[in-house]
Amino acid sequence: MTTGLRPTPLWLRGLGYWAYQYKRTWRSSVTTSFLYPVLYLAAMGVGLGSLVDRHSHLVGGVPYLDFIAPGLLAATAMQIGANEAMYPVMGAIKWVRTYFAMLATPLRVIDVLRGHLGWIAVRLMAVSAIYLGVVAAFGVIRSPLAILAFPAAVVTGLSFAAPIAAFAATQDDNVGFTSIYRLGLIPLFLFSGTFFPVTELPDWLRPVAYATPLYHGVDLCRGLVLGTAELWPSIGDAAYLVILTLVGYRLARATFTKRLVV
Amino acid sequence: MSDPHPEPMVLARNLQKRFGEFVAVDSVDFEIERGEAFGFLGPNGAGKTSTMRMISCMSPVSGGTLRVLGMDPATQGSRIRSRIGLVPQEDSLDLELTVLDNLTVYGRYFDLPRPVIRERAMRLLDFAQLTERAHDRVDPLSGGMKRRLTIARALISDPDLLILDEPTTGLDPQARHLLWDRLYRLKQDGVTLVITTHYMDEAEQLCDRLVVMDHGRFAAEGAPSALIARYSTKEVVELRFRSGEHAEVARRLGDVAERTEVLADRLLLYTTDGDATLAEVHRRGLVPESALVRRSTLEDVFLRLTGRTLVD
Repeated sequence: MTTGLRPTPLWLRGLGYWAYQYKRTWRSSVTTSFLYPVLYLAAMGVGLGSLVDRHSHLVGGVPYLDFIAPGLLAATAMQIGANEAMYPVMGAIKWVRTYFAMLATPLRVIDVLRGHLGWIAVRLMAVSAIYLGVVAAFGVIRSPLAILAFPAAVVTGLSFAAPIAAFAATQDDNVGFTSIYRLGLIPLFLFSGTFFPVTELPDWLRPVAYATPLYHGVDLCRGLVLGTAELWPSIGDAAYLVILTLVGYRLARATFTKRLVV
Repeated sequence: MSDPHPEPMVLARNLQKRFGEFVAVDSVDFEIERGEAFGFLGPNGAGKTSTMRMISCMSPVSGGTLRVLGMDPATQGSRIRSRIGLVPQEDSLDLELTVLDNLTVYGRYFDLPRPVIRERAMRLLDFAQLTERAHDRVDPLSGGMKRRLTIARALISDPDLLILDEPTTGLDPQARHLLWDRLYRLKQDGVTLVITTHYMDEAEQLCDRLVVMDHGRFAAEGAPSALIARYSTKEVVELRFRSGEHAEVARRLGDVAERTEVLADRLLLYTTDGDATLAEVHRRGLVPESALVRRSTLEDVFLRLTGRTLVD
């Protein structure tokens, strides 16, 4: 890494901490970040899917497994992005005080933030790549466009991670996080088109689904994996997620600075 | 060729720190020279930590000027921090990682090559007497060991300036003495030390020069012995009577000492000859429950300057 010629960028040194720490603790995260989605895929896609496919028309014109596999990719990215931005961020301020240790060194607040979000991006890349490999093994991939589902899933995760990190930096206990789960992540997981098309929702609820980031992540990933993506709607989905990520990043810069520099 | 007037390691002029309406550091001036052990002595809330955080470029200056290593913290904080080591008041060790890992991750923030980190870590573990715990997790270590590890960690970048914010608070006496011994060695090696403490014995043992801080201002500054000579007497007689009697007894003993102080639980008589003063107390027929003759300390200086004790 260090060549002696060019210094390692400051934010990358921050990312290095999280990577080093992960090497020591990765085992516990394998269940939540990898095994759960695969179990979902097996239970819902293969198990429930056989029932769905036998008794009704194909969902969205494809077998149920093919329908939910890309949806679960986006939903998994959401979970990881959100999880990694909640307790780890608050803990780095309140419990372990990692951020303060970093700030006593050449790192600045912006490096601390970029390093942490950068690490979350690395985690999202790893999980998305493995997951897409599994999906391919299930025979779900129907289009070369599926390769673009990889960045799409990463951005989906970041669109949750950045604003949630901004929020987490303002928190002192887990009350706010519990609310995010109850009122945000779990309803999104169930009603954003992961398990059934949003068009099945009651009329009044549909606009709500369209407004949520997970809907756009699911729509984008599904279109790319199944090869049904249309250019402009996909660009719209991607733009929504990128803008949400950037807005979250700007907010996080403000909340991190307010909390860490006194 | 050496500079005949080297720039001080830290230079503060009219330095201020405000939090809203509250003034934590109220226009102080000081200079810290290379190789010096400089102390900030004062009770909790005196403004010591705020001053430390400004020197370590973690907290912006509210007013006045501050130069650290000849640079401006507002614009060159990152460069300054690459040359200072900070031992914060609250530990920020990673409890899940091992002792050695904690040194390694910290060294990487300074972009040190791995072989350099490895070599220094071994040396510092030896210095901190933690070699045998190198591969243990930090969580179960004692408070003294964690503090020593924090100091070792702050030294991994081979800093020009080591800043210690209450390094021994919460430690038992044995752990404190071990830590003082380590800090004394650093001082002998020529490392510039900046220390805050509310322990007068710590300040007396370690500091070449110190400032007594109270309510954000300096009440006095100088070498520990000079401060004692100036603001206190050579010896002190501590008398303990039944509670409630101290004020009355003080009136009757007003003329036996240069100065008297009535505390909640005891009476202090400031004098040049403690034994003679105590004999005079007995001659007047006063029988305290306990009596102690001792040398004056910085605690007495602080009491004289502020009217309050350092540790409540």
